[in-house]
Amino acid sequence: MAEKDVIIGLEVHVQLNKLNSKLFCGCSTDYHDSPPNTHTCPVCLGLPGTLPVLNRRAVEYGIRVALALNCEIQGETLFYRKNYYYPDLPKAFQITQYDFPLGLGGQILIKGEDGEEKTIRITRVHMEEDPGRLVHAGTIDRAKYSMVDYNRCGMALLEVVTEPDLRSPKEARSFLDKLRNILEYLDVFNGDLEGAMRIDSNISLVGGERAEVKNISSHKGVEKALAYEITRQRSARRRGVAQVQETRHYDELRGITVTIRTKEEAHDYRYFPEPDLVPMRIADWVPRVEAELPELPDAKRERFVLEYGIADDHAKSLTSEIRVANFYEDVAKRASPRLAAVWIADVLKGELNYRDVTIDGFSPDHMVDILDMIEKGKITEKGAVEVIRTILDEGGDPAAVVAAKGLVRAEDDKVLEAVRAAVEECGQAVADYRSGNEKAVNFIVGMVMKKTRGRADPGEANRLVKEALDGMGGA
Amino acid sequence: MITGEDVDHISWLASIKVAEEELEGFVASFNSVLDYFHQLDELDTEDVEPTYRVVDLTNVFREDEVRESMSQEESLSNAPRTENGYFKSPRIV
Amino acid sequence: MIAMLKDLRGRLGAGASAEEMVSALLEKIKRSKLNAYNNLSEESALERAREFDRSPWTGLMAGVPIAIKSCISTRGIETNCSSRILSGYVPPYDAHVIERLKEEGAIIVGKTNMDEFAMGTSTESSYFGPTRNPWDLDRVPGGSSGGSAAAVAAGEAPCALGSDTGGSIRCPASFCGIVGLKPTYGLVSRYGLVSYANSLEQIGPLTLSVEDAALVMEVIAGHDPRDSTSVKSDGGYLSGLDGGVKGLVLGVPKEYFGEGVDPLVEKSVWDAISRLEELGASWKEVSLPHTKYALAAYYIIAMSEASSNLARFDGLRYGLRFGTDQDWHSTFSEIRAAGFGPEVKRRILLGTYALSAGYYGRYYLKALKVRTLIKQDFERALSAGGADVLVTPTMPFPAFKIGERIEDPLSLYMADVFTVPINLAGVPAISVPCGFADGLPIGLQIIGRHFDEVSVLRAAKAYEDATPYSETVPKEVA
Repeated sequence: MAEKDVIIGLEVHVQLNKLNSKLFCGCSTDYHDSPPNTHTCPVCLGLPGTLPVLNRRAVEYGIRVALALNCEIQGETLFYRKNYYYPDLPKAFQITQYDFPLGLGGQILIKGEDGEEKTIRITRVHMEEDPGRLVHAGTIDRAKYSMVDYNRCGMALLEVVTEPDLRSPKEARSFLDKLRNILEYLDVFNGDLEGAMRIDSNISLVGGERAEVKNISSHKGVEKALAYEITRQRSARRRGVAQVQETRHYDELRGITVTIRTKEEAHDYRYFPEPDLVPMRIADWVPRVEAELPELPDAKRERFVLEYGIADDHAKSLTSEIRVANFYEDVAKRASPRLAAVWIADVLKGELNYRDVTIDGFSPDHMVDILDMIEKGKITEKGAVEVIRTILDEGGDPAAVVAAKGLVRAEDDKVLEAVRAAVEECGQAVADYRSGNEKAVNFIVGMVMKKTRGRADPGEANRLVKEALDGMGGA
Repeated sequence: MITGEDVDHISWLASIKVAEEELEGFVASFNSVLDYFHQLDELDTEDVEPTYRVVDLTNVFREDEVRESMSQEESLSNAPRTENGYFKSPRIV
Repeated sequence: MIAMLKDLRGRLGAGASAEEMVSALLEKIKRSKLNAYNNLSEESALERAREFDRSPWTGLMAGVPIAIKSCISTRGIETNCSSRILSGYVPPYDAHVIERLKEEGAIIVGKTNMDEFAMGTSTESSYFGPTRNPWDLDRVPGGSSGGSAAAVAAGEAPCALGSDTGGSIRCPASFCGIVGLKPTYGLVSRYGLVSYANSLEQIGPLTLSVEDAALVMEVIAGHDPRDSTSVKSDGGYLSGLDGGVKGLVLGVPKEYFGEGVDPLVEKSVWDAISRLEELGASWKEVSLPHTKYALAAYYIIAMSEASSNLARFDGLRYGLRFGTDQDWHSTFSEIRAAGFGPEVKRRILLGTYALSAGYYGRYYLKALKVRTLIKQDFERALSAGGADVLVTPTMPFPAFKIGERIEDPLSLYMADVFTVPINLAGVPAISVPCGFADGLPIGLQIIGRHFDEVSVLRAAKAYEDATPYSETVPKEVA
């Protein structure tokens, strides 16, 4: 529920893991399954004497994202040093942007709590490098020591900061889902990889100080953490305890947020322009990058409705993920677009979600075959669902599965025969039906299904049974 | 005028422990040096642009190409304390 | 005594043994009282020398031994910046200049002593003790590249690399009576130079002659894609050397003479100007009005950058670590307190203060604006209608005694008064010997326009050819 008293802002760190190399050095970005400290070089390890050199494509990706979020690209943009000490930061400063970031003043449309479209303003988009990864022997506050892996250190990050325009955990979730969708459309990152998106959220109650909950890596986690925070802050307020500006950590296992013990002294990052890098003047890159922007979700959704004549709800579902949208268009070229929309948006997506797998695990060719069989009446709808489930669980192709499981739709005369036989055998049910019990039909239909070994179309069987019963003369 | 408290705060920011015995000496030398720095106040620099770098370059990039990384052994070669391929760090809190 | 590089290459080319040469050098170093080296690369140098003898290679520095300042990364050779906190650190990579030297066939003999992390003017702040001036063992060799300069002056290396942030090549060149060049900012890649103040420093040669310096420049100058502040070199350092100074206009900035300058130094420099006049140059007085503010601006900028550059030394990935780990902040704070000397600590703390919230505008930003004024001073003086090069003393006095100034940081900072403005402006400058004051060398500084090393070298060469100073050898070590 949208609360009038909740104010939420987000800072999203997006890892540009679709680049080949890191932001300031040539180490490969493909570190996710590697042993620790095998993707470092003197530069990203921050060895004395090393210097950063900027990855051109990272800047291009940054511009792509900033444009897709409707930001103003700054004509001159530069890097700064953010100085602080933490074991995961090998230079004891992070190269980031401060004044003159890449993009300013954008927005995204989401569906607000009340179902209306709502504008969430984007304060800024800027580039920075990822620190390394700390592994604790235990929990952060109880571990005897920690271990550091710098494989991730130096990966290119984009930070997207929103104005505090969000009013509920659900809106925050909605924003994150939309943002991720846009980013995948832009092909700048793979959101499935670990560490691809990390979110800091700022939340306060009106009139109160804010708590910052740092470093949550799932959209669901953000929603839960914020929900917990609202409860915690409200309860504190009721008890007369004022919220102080603080940083908190979300404990996923316990589902709570805890204060990170920090010194009373606030961080003083002593930002100054990075002397080892030179400014970027990129205003003239913008027209080209803009022209090359792919069709974004909202535009694609509108086009699907117009071009394929499908319902807006279906279009929305199909465009909520670029991979699904591409899958749909591939299929819609070769099968009925409306039928494809129903079967992909309503059925396939559901089966995929249930199994927590992506659409990459299903072949568009198979979908085309299935739709063809449905249209030609070769299998029933129920049968089609079973084909999809079987392919997902066991593999194979539609024709083979249909044959193996005997899913060929029963021919009409076979069904008629089964209906005649069932009506004859189910004397009691027939009598019940004639004395006014409509539901008795189901029993007879069940018998028909049994006789056809499930291959009759249930709807069709129902109709035929009723016809048979109604057509029987006599009282 | 810098005080011992200031030096304490700065030493926390800089992660350098300053011992009691050293504190007075630092305060004294800081104040004399900062005093000297204040000489710059004599200059009116209201309309002067700062010079961040003396080389006139913009848009220096590298292409998005992969270069060979160091082996784990090389990466850890100077590390005083390691464990299972990680750098061993003191506990966080 | 080891000859100039040309002679050396000639002898090696004619069949002299590189192994004998390197051996003799190593012997001399080990017997030395100077403490010019932190660590030697004995085995690999001898091995390389033997390889050269077996099958000589070509290259501008083929078979030539060279000493490298301790803050320039050398793969497999300890690079400790003369600091306790980096003792034992062995880089897994070579600096760009080292790669270039190796490509041209040079043999690296060892790493030379310096002021800790290049912060100093006397090499007294080294963790490994001061280096002594070969002209007078009780005096400093200058700093921070004191080890490199002393080694070259005493024949413990035919040439060396140093780094210059506020005079750290030129000062020891002046105090040790040799040639030292700070190139234009951006001309020599800083990839591999352990940063003290990134916007101010450059690597450069320390040699016995101007020609040698030009040769080394041919090797090390030029664009390196690993340094984003690096530019292309047009070369021509050797070929442009013998052009002479006919018609060259020397600018003599009035702010570099008078109060605070040793009269013997001033006299030597004016003699040098006269000599250049005799050779066909003309001179005129110019003004660099913001000179007196340069020291403050320099130190604020250098300390601020240093406070950030030295933050990475915490004992986690390399360097000093001891005792039982407590929590990270306490552990690192203690390591850094134990690992840095007092001058380095002072500069890190002051730099942290200068950048901190509330003071950034007052100190760092202000210093950057003053930097603009100083840079403009040079541009105006060296403009088309002005002078071609500027001529000044390198240091206001000759080498002082060890221990004389180290207790008073500010007095030590003041010694840099003529060298730091050059780093702020980014222009090139050379120091060449121009006389003696009671047996101690005096240096003449020649300053050029951005990227006009050729004019600077040419003027220096003409002067050198017409004077006896490059031939003089310290009696202590002849």
